[in-house]
Amino acid sequence: MEIVAVLVLFPLMAAGLLLVVTNDRARGIIVAVSAAVIAIGSIVLAAFHLGGQSVYSSFNSEAISVIALVVDVAMGVLIFVMGIRAKKYLACVLVAVQTPLVAWFELGPARSIDVTYGIYIDRLSVIMALIIGVIGSGICLYAVGYMRDYVAHHSDVPDRRPLFFAVMFVFLSAMFGVVFANNLLWLFCAWEVTTLCSFLLIGYSKTAEAVKNAFLQIVMNLAGGLAFAIAIVWIGHAQHTLELHKLVQLGLGGAAVGVPVLLLAIAGMVKAAQMPTHSWLLGAMVAPTPTSALLHSSTMVKAGVFLLIKLSPIMGVATFHGFNYVGTTVMLVGGLTFMLASMMAITQRNAKRVLAYSTVANLGLITACAGIGTAEAVWAGIFLIIFHAAAKSLLFLCVGTAEHHIGSRDIEDMDALFVRMPYLARFMALGIAGMFIAPFGMLISKWAALSAFIDSDNIVLVFLLVFGSAATFLFWAKWLGKVIAVSGPKTDLEGTVSLSEKVAIGLMVFITVLVSILFPFISSHVVVGYLREMFSRVSVAISTDNLYLMAVVVGLLVLVLAPALVTRRGTKRDLPVYMGGVGTPDGEASFYGPMGEVAAASQRNWYMEGWFGEARLGLVGVVTSSAVLTLGLIVVLATGGAIK
Amino acid sequence: MSMYIGLFAYLILAPVAGCLLAGVDRKITAHMQGRVGPPILQPYYDVRKLLAKDKRSVNGLQTVYIALYLLFVAFAGAIFFAGGNFLLSVFVLTLSSLFLVVAGYSARSPYADAGAEREMIQVMSYEPMVLLVAIGFYLVHHTFNVGALARGSSSLVFQLPLVFVGFIYVLTIKLRKSPFDLSTSHHAHQELVKGVTTEMSGRTLACVEIAHWYESIMFLGWVALFVLTGSWISVVVAVIVCLVIYFLEILIDNNFARVKWQVMLSSAWALALVLGFVNLLIVYIR
Repeated sequence: MEIVAVLVLFPLMAAGLLLVVTNDRARGIIVAVSAAVIAIGSIVLAAFHLGGQSVYSSFNSEAISVIALVVDVAMGVLIFVMGIRAKKYLACVLVAVQTPLVAWFELGPARSIDVTYGIYIDRLSVIMALIIGVIGSGICLYAVGYMRDYVAHHSDVPDRRPLFFAVMFVFLSAMFGVVFANNLLWLFCAWEVTTLCSFLLIGYSKTAEAVKNAFLQIVMNLAGGLAFAIAIVWIGHAQHTLELHKLVQLGLGGAAVGVPVLLLAIAGMVKAAQMPTHSWLLGAMVAPTPTSALLHSSTMVKAGVFLLIKLSPIMGVATFHGFNYVGTTVMLVGGLTFMLASMMAITQRNAKRVLAYSTVANLGLITACAGIGTAEAVWAGIFLIIFHAAAKSLLFLCVGTAEHHIGSRDIEDMDALFVRMPYLARFMALGIAGMFIAPFGMLISKWAALSAFIDSDNIVLVFLLVFGSAATFLFWAKWLGKVIAVSGPKTDLEGTVSLSEKVAIGLMVFITVLVSILFPFISSHVVVGYLREMFSRVSVAISTDNLYLMAVVVGLLVLVLAPALVTRRGTKRDLPVYMGGVGTPDGEASFYGPMGEVAAASQRNWYMEGWFGEARLGLVGVVTSSAVLTLGLIVVLATGGAIK
Repeated sequence: MSMYIGLFAYLILAPVAGCLLAGVDRKITAHMQGRVGPPILQPYYDVRKLLAKDKRSVNGLQTVYIALYLLFVAFAGAIFFAGGNFLLSVFVLTLSSLFLVVAGYSARSPYADAGAEREMIQVMSYEPMVLLVAIGFYLVHHTFNVGALARGSSSLVFQLPLVFVGFIYVLTIKLRKSPFDLSTSHHAHQELVKGVTTEMSGRTLACVEIAHWYESIMFLGWVALFVLTGSWISVVVAVIVCLVIYFLEILIDNNFARVKWQVMLSSAWALALVLGFVNLLIVYIR
């Protein structure tokens, strides 16, 4: 249990140190050492707890509750002041309701409620800790080199790196708090710290756009936080408990916890950028790339789906008049978000926005799995979290580095990256393949999700998944096609990539491949064990035979593709392409025009704006998901929140 | 045991059968157009000649991508004919299509790019319907296992008539037949040259042809799965149904002008949505 304290406190110490150190070299060393300590700490934790039963600690300190209260109030005041200064009064109003509510509850009613177990460690929180500790701190390491370039490229933005790195590490600390806290008030405090950290990171550059999007984020997440706070008060009053695991037990026992569970799920869905609140994650793209990588792969949105997975047993429990209204609401929002976000990704040229829509879509799938709440679905959901964390962080880091070297994050400008940045392009291709194609884990998890949807008789979700996946193929494949194109001679831009970026990208490549290889092992030794504790009946959609067949596919790919790629084969064009008989002989795709002048042939990808345009589909998504949520809330309130 | 028979029979015989099918296809097509047509073995002669050509390629990786395309098409078919998981077979087939797309893109030539882009649209058009076929099978017999599906108590087509119709519709896309031969075609299309295969020659192009033979036989296997019940009569009926369906595809190929991608995508998705939803709902309610 001491290791939990280390994981929460150490990043805070590192953050404190980084806040005062202004020397760039010293900062690099501190970040590298801290990242290594956090990564090793989470691996040590995994070594002790990955194969074992859940451990609930009766650790319960009055001091921590006081600190949590002080932090809540301090954050409330801070956000209020910043809201007033930026004239964003909606944020002020939300804070003015939420903070007093929480303070009143903690000082009053909460005092009479006994909390037996303050913190816990189970296999899911260990998986999350590994994601936060290894991938999260890897991204912090990457940020060292990236931010050096960023400051050089953006002379108009003041250099606020001490604050930036401090907030990154506070973020990690808060995430560890989220995954280990059993006391809902502590969980809430950590939850709100992650909201504030993302706010500060998104607003880093202080440009008008950054400030606007930072407030968009905080308004939406404060609304989610308000739902969380009301849920805590509700649970405290109605069920006289403040413990997460007790809430789940009560729900499984048939207590009327529908209302607070739906409120908590709403808080989770807002944090996981589900429709109608997906726009905050797209707005977050103005932040420096390491921020995006952190928000998307290992923190923030993962806290949202983590909470949903925690609540999933209640959402899958036998039902009220044939329906579990909470679960149905959550799964429909998730399914709609998956399909619509996948389609909107097709229309994006900006690589970071494609990644953002893909994140929203995948979180939608995880949300849908949690909403179904069968062991089979949750199995898929947990694996989606793992594989998404690995591949998405790899992609963000690649896009960030590419952006600094080719001067653009537009996918059209990544044309023939294979020639210009041979290794980076290969890693980017691996990340893209990891997101959508067999034999990588994301695809297998999606397959498991599909099976879980069918087995739980959710035919509407099946259709949302089937059409969403077709869109997924298009937007990834066309990006991949741009990256792997081999053109005539170009300059190699790879020489100037910094060491910290190389190490971090190498780490993500390693993790992406490793989790795909260890898939059957992680399933049988970790995830199934966790599910056995949570669910009475555990079945897994994909048989071991098929996982082995996938391993054969991995083997074939490695055998044929790896030698060809490692030898840098294909980084030059050997023959001129067919240009209808009027091509120039220089190896570029150019031709002689009608007046004998040399013209370059240029190719652009498909974006199908008229079909899947953001304005239209985004509106459809907001309207339908709002309707589903409203209806769900009304029904749950009307039925008194009875689960059974 | 039957698993290995299916596996090796497919790997060895499918190219032979696919080649003959392509030859017959060309003969029938020629007759429909009032021509005599080439000998039945012409596809074989073509591939043999391609294999004997010099190894020339626009870049060093394209051949590797195409080799993987062929490999995974054969692998997908092998999973299917060995009686394995139908969904797994579909996913491996999607992987193979990705390699064809990537091979097209890697040339960075205007015609190959256009072909690769259209190939992606084709995948996107047929994918929902193909997955719905798999889901329909699962709802009827509660398994994705091809071996078990082929020995069901009654023919799947009786439970899934609308899904079958939708599948035949997207089969035209998968077989690269007009009106849906957008990405590359056996007919001459000026604006596209040879589409995704424009920059391929010699062995690489031969691999694409052989992969197409493998694919054709696998798709006919999918058609047969709608009919098979495990009795000998059902095998005979399945063969007849496959031949009739293939003849129908040739007929469609020769009677429809190529459509725009918009028509292909919207019609394929609309059919998948309507036919798939209605049929699956009926199965589900039962």
